[in-house]
Amino acid sequence: MAIEEKVNEIIVEQLGVSADQIKAEASFIEDLGADSLDTVELVMAFEEEFGAEIPDEDAEKLTTVGGVIEYLKSKGIEA
Amino acid sequence: MALLEGKIAVVTGAARGIGQSIALKLAEEGADLALSDVQADWLSETKEKVEALGRRAEVYGVDVSKGDQVQAGVDQIQKDFGRIDIVVNNAGITRDGLLMRMSEEDWDLVMNINLKGTFLMTKAASRYMMKQRSGVFVNVASVIGLMGNPGQANYGASKAGVSNLTKTTAKELAARGIRANAVAPGFIKTKMTDALTDETRDAMLSVIPMKDFGLPEDVSNVVCFLASDMSRYVTGQTLSICGGMVTA
Repeated sequence: MAIEEKVNEIIVEQLGVSADQIKAEASFIEDLGADSLDTVELVMAFEEEFGAEIPDEDAEKLTTVGGVIEYLKSKGIEA
Repeated sequence: MALLEGKIAVVTGAARGIGQSIALKLAEEGADLALSDVQADWLSETKEKVEALGRRAEVYGVDVSKGDQVQAGVDQIQKDFGRIDIVVNNAGITRDGLLMRMSEEDWDLVMNINLKGTFLMTKAASRYMMKQRSGVFVNVASVIGLMGNPGQANYGASKAGVSNLTKTTAKELAARGIRANAVAPGFIKTKMTDALTDETRDAMLSVIPMKDFGLPEDVSNVVCFLASDMSRYVTGQTLSICGGMVTA
């Protein structure tokens, strides 16, 4: 499964949104209805799924779907 | 069924005093115990007593003022028990002295163990509780944190901090099924309060409407209530256990 699909799957599960709401530019808080605690949990879920540690200073910048995918790819993470 | 059947409880500062009493009460009500103190070997007595009640007990040497030790300890507890339902942040110390004579070291030491330690434990454990969508924190504050006391500037400030940290913890995590409350013991007979001067002791007794000191069990009974579903709709509160000394 491509990394995009995996990320989307996690977002659907964590935020309880439908897959068609997810676009690269979608903001977790503004477009997908997440609160700040949801975004912390989302980052925890990415860490778990991809076996990566995401430092807090990086996590703060991960505000959109595309941003997360780009970030994970930049860390050499493949699905 | 016992109140805490099948629950996994972490108690810091569980080697003696109120911490030991809390661990035993939770075990009596059916919880398995992860016991923590600065040195694991201090916990052998509490461990034996918990096991004598037919419950599981594991010991963890953790200095709660050190973030890396707390993280490693909580991760290990999660690994050993598979979940964390209850965390009782009880570890605490006093270094009394009039504030004009209080050293910076004594201020820092008390703040680091009592307040920072509670923060670090809460931060580490809440991660697992959030995934579970359930969990309970019971923090041990103090009436001194509510009313102040000559000679206890550091202790009182740290415990006031614990009460306030409890409120924020409750508000941040309520939506995830996690509760946080504090108890504020008054004058309870333990080794820690034995170390108070006679002057302080007499002064306190004179302002206790019930004219008696509390016992560790008086605290652990309330902690047990706050750790159980009996207090399902209670969060963010500090409950004083003080014979009427503080009524607000």
